[in-house]
Amino acid sequence: MGLVDKGRMPKPLTSLFNMGRSYSMWVYQWGLACCAIEMGAAFGSPRYDVMRLGVIPLPASPRQADLVVVSGTVTDKMAPAIKRLYEQMPEPKYVISMGSCANCGGPYWDSYSVTKGVDQIIPVDVYVPGCPPRPEALLEGVVLLQQRIKREDMGARWRGEGYKPMVKEPIVVGGGPVE
Amino acid sequence: MTDLADRQKLSYIAAQAADARLNVELETEGMTLNIGPQHPATHGTLRIIVRLDGEQVVWAEPSAGYMHRGYEKLTEVRTFPQVTALINRIDWLGSFANEVPFILAAEKLMDIEAPPRAQHIRTILFELSRIANVSLFLGDLGVQLGAVTPVFFAFRDREYVLNLIESATGGRFHPNFDRIGGLKDDLPAGWIAETKQVMKRLRAFCDEIEDLLFGNEIFQSRLRGIGVIPADVAKQYGLSGANLRASGVDWDLRRDQSLPLAWDKVDWKVWTHPDGDSFARCWIRLQETRESTKIVDQLLDTIPAGPIMAKVPRIIKVPEGEAWVSTENPLGEMGYYVVSKGDLGPFRVKIRSASFNNISIVPWVLRGVYVPDVISILASLYFILGDIDR
Repeated sequence: MGLVDKGRMPKPLTSLFNMGRSYSMWVYQWGLACCAIEMGAAFGSPRYDVMRLGVIPLPASPRQADLVVVSGTVTDKMAPAIKRLYEQMPEPKYVISMGSCANCGGPYWDSYSVTKGVDQIIPVDVYVPGCPPRPEALLEGVVLLQQRIKREDMGARWRGEGYKPMVKEPIVVGGGPVE
Repeated sequence: MTDLADRQKLSYIAAQAADARLNVELETEGMTLNIGPQHPATHGTLRIIVRLDGEQVVWAEPSAGYMHRGYEKLTEVRTFPQVTALINRIDWLGSFANEVPFILAAEKLMDIEAPPRAQHIRTILFELSRIANVSLFLGDLGVQLGAVTPVFFAFRDREYVLNLIESATGGRFHPNFDRIGGLKDDLPAGWIAETKQVMKRLRAFCDEIEDLLFGNEIFQSRLRGIGVIPADVAKQYGLSGANLRASGVDWDLRRDQSLPLAWDKVDWKVWTHPDGDSFARCWIRLQETRESTKIVDQLLDTIPAGPIMAKVPRIIKVPEGEAWVSTENPLGEMGYYVVSKGDLGPFRVKIRSASFNNISIVPWVLRGVYVPDVISILASLYFILGDIDR
């Protein structure tokens, strides 16, 4: 492991680590509104069955999670709790924003109590549009995120260059392939 | 003998003294516990603050507002057809049932009535959304008591109902299908036969849940005699729906009210339960799901022919006036008080949602119960956060 300590990650090792990370994501379900039921259908129902993608939807706390799915309307009262949740998660961490409300406010774009988009509070990696999105759309978002994770540069973290936002531009489900 | 009795007495006194000393040493202070805002038992983001003395709840207070989206204010800046798209999302498990009372209130103000075919299909979709709502409750109930299997059954069979709603309305979750004066579209071909199949499947699901959960000894001991709400208390707190009927009050707006919907044309029963405990509330919901499948079956046989839309102007302006319509939604009484000033949109809409009143009893019913029972009582009261906070 001398190479790794120096921060020069051989390419095969990087791709091995990345593949391991992308297929063992522990996802924390932050279900807020209608989308939470569709998220439950995607994660908990026999028809959609997220575990076949290598995603485990049952961590007991955000401290054990790699990925959080914020599904539903984020209100101004809820926003501090989401911020705190995100800060509790260990690096590297990913966020999927599910549904129009979490993306941009959705049908409550002119409401006085709704935060217009969870990306005002925490960085979002994948946006899943829809009101609510079908479970298949959420699964597509997970798959796109896995593709992105496989192309990440692990070396930067080992070199101690600090936290760099690994995802340069957000992924939108239905918005074309991931670069 | 006297010696022995004296010794017994002395040892008893000594034990008492030791107990008293122990109690003084282990003097417990009250503890405040936050359940939520994110908790599986809260169906969303309800926070309940409980003050505990050991294992017992001394005081409990629900803290709502984490899901407040300002519906009543938003309706003031939307037109009437736009409002239905919003209010779908109040009770997100039974979306179509939210639209119906608002549309009926608007129709009352405009003095038009939907044609009989539209009324029939409205009632069918209303009951389908009730089934979609309550079947998830029946599955989720198991999870909250520690049985994970029923929720998989619930999600499996709920998908069939959602597919039906989707094939008829185009929306899997939020149909937005009801229009002032009728419905958006007619039923697709083959829908009726398919629905009958699904209703058969749902009845099998109810039997399955009854075998798995309601006959289970652990389930019964967790719920029987827990969280008893007497009939007079239930009325005082304004409970409605299954929570009220479980306390022995024979009250169902589908039967007691004459609305332009088709419930009076079919043969069905209002179930009540005398106990008023958590088990009764769950049992009533199970029976109501069965009853709903029967209502749908009967309605499918008697759909009248004819148009699905009454004559309405293309730009809907609701004349000046006020109207109140409430219906028996999956969670209880849901009503809309619509005030119109003759504009494109309502001047003011007051939404009476069932869950808000149903959780108002939480401070009363949680007093003195043990911590594990808090979860089972909350589960049996069955609320949806969008319905509480709106």
